[in-house]
Amino acid sequence: MLKISCPFCGPRNEVEFAHGGPLKDRRPEDSSQLEDQAWIEYLTVPQNPLGPVEERWWHVRGCGSWFTITRDTRSHDIVDISIINDGNIDNGKES
Amino acid sequence: MQQYSIFSLARNALSGHQNWSKAWRSPPLKERYDVIIIGAGGHGLATAYYLAKNHGITNVAVLERGWLGGGNIARNTVTIRSNYMRDESIPFYVKSVDLYEGLTRELNYNLMYSKRSMIDVVQTYPKLREIKRRMFNGDLHGSVYERINVEELRRRIPPLTGGGPDSRLPIIAGMVHPSAAVCRHDAVAWSYARAADDRGVEIHQNTEVMKLLRDAKNGQISGVETSRGNIYADKVAVVVSGHTTSITDTIDLKLPIKSFNLTAFVSEPVKPIIDVVVNCPDIGVYLSQSDKGELVIGGAPDAGQSFRRDIKQHVFEDSVCSLLELFPAFKRLKLMRQWGGTLDIAHDATPIVSQTDIQGLYVSAGWWGGFKAVPAGGYTLAHLIAKNEPHQLAAPFTLDRFKRLDFILEAGTTTAT
Repeated sequence: MLKISCPFCGPRNEVEFAHGGPLKDRRPEDSSQLEDQAWIEYLTVPQNPLGPVEERWWHVRGCGSWFTITRDTRSHDIVDISIINDGNIDNGKES
Repeated sequence: MQQYSIFSLARNALSGHQNWSKAWRSPPLKERYDVIIIGAGGHGLATAYYLAKNHGITNVAVLERGWLGGGNIARNTVTIRSNYMRDESIPFYVKSVDLYEGLTRELNYNLMYSKRSMIDVVQTYPKLREIKRRMFNGDLHGSVYERINVEELRRRIPPLTGGGPDSRLPIIAGMVHPSAAVCRHDAVAWSYARAADDRGVEIHQNTEVMKLLRDAKNGQISGVETSRGNIYADKVAVVVSGHTTSITDTIDLKLPIKSFNLTAFVSEPVKPIIDVVVNCPDIGVYLSQSDKGELVIGGAPDAGQSFRRDIKQHVFEDSVCSLLELFPAFKRLKLMRQWGGTLDIAHDATPIVSQTDIQGLYVSAGWWGGFKAVPAGGYTLAHLIAKNEPHQLAAPFTLDRFKRLDFILEAGTTTAT
């Protein structure tokens, strides 16, 4: 079980949160100019590292905020928590 | 290959079981093979066997990081079934179920294959609608799914005493998939290994693949770098289940796959109490009883990607609570062991049996619930490797479908929803 430090509520049990999937790259702005390969990769290829993965979590049974944590997929260690992307509609990675 | 039979058993019993020949050899590692298969699990070993048997390709090395059959083939809940959703999937799994049925005889190895039906305990109308859709789709491809009423459902599963009219989710129907079966999972790996070895395939355990190697000139696959040195082959198949992307990342090949941890646990052994595979899709738990008498119970995967192969306490508690809603008598059972396995799920939750953009590199992945697919997965991948064109049963499962955004949106009955 993870103990996730919500940036607003502090450390809470994982059961209070919903997992929102790995962080995606920001949607390409010039998608009409994009090569098919790059567009398909944006749509279908997630990050799946054996190591730290950036992912979205939602404090749905708490304050309701969305934030990004960096969690090691081998150990569940939470390496980093950020709210940089919060409030951003497409929730994309800063490039 | 030493034939196993009642006579060989008797003969070896008289000599104190000292003279059994080894089930497979441990030959020295060569520098070059025709085909390298990464991963000596169910799919890898089945692929090697069918390469040798159906296509006469025997200069094959199966490389395994740990020990043979120690990955997901040792970690699943042994259910064999074909009640899938899509036209592309059902014939493939029907073939797999068929192959499993004849496998004990074909491989001369007792798989303890036991045909016992899977029964879904349906508690909501949306789920009933979805499963009835599966029923009609299955009917087109020879996969039987039948509806039974609640009374019949309770008759077939005596310990199912929960889910009454006053409960949170009353049971509304049962759906029976009669061709479902269970069999001994280790025996699947061992029997394929023994039969492949007998036809000349080499199995190398404790040989970890560190990275894939490409020819500097033409970019084709040229071999693999292992913990025991470089090995070369013109054809390399990645059949490593949850760690597929860890291997393909070494040459920057991007695949639409996420890896999750799925957990299971078993109870103490009890007398025969359930003789079918019970699946409860609405509350997310499934179980069957093993020959030893243990109840083998599984639930939903953990949230978020993971390679940990452990079990999270709250996921475990959720599964147990769900189970007790329907089977209150199991409250007094002690749970003996729990474990996790890494399963990989493709973007559309349909498996990938495919060539890649790198010539000579083949991938078999996305097998969440891959135990049931072992024979057909190996059968079709062997065909693909030998002929460089997909077998018709696995033709829809190539990576090209992503290029066309032509997804086969499959869904599990419990796991991948």
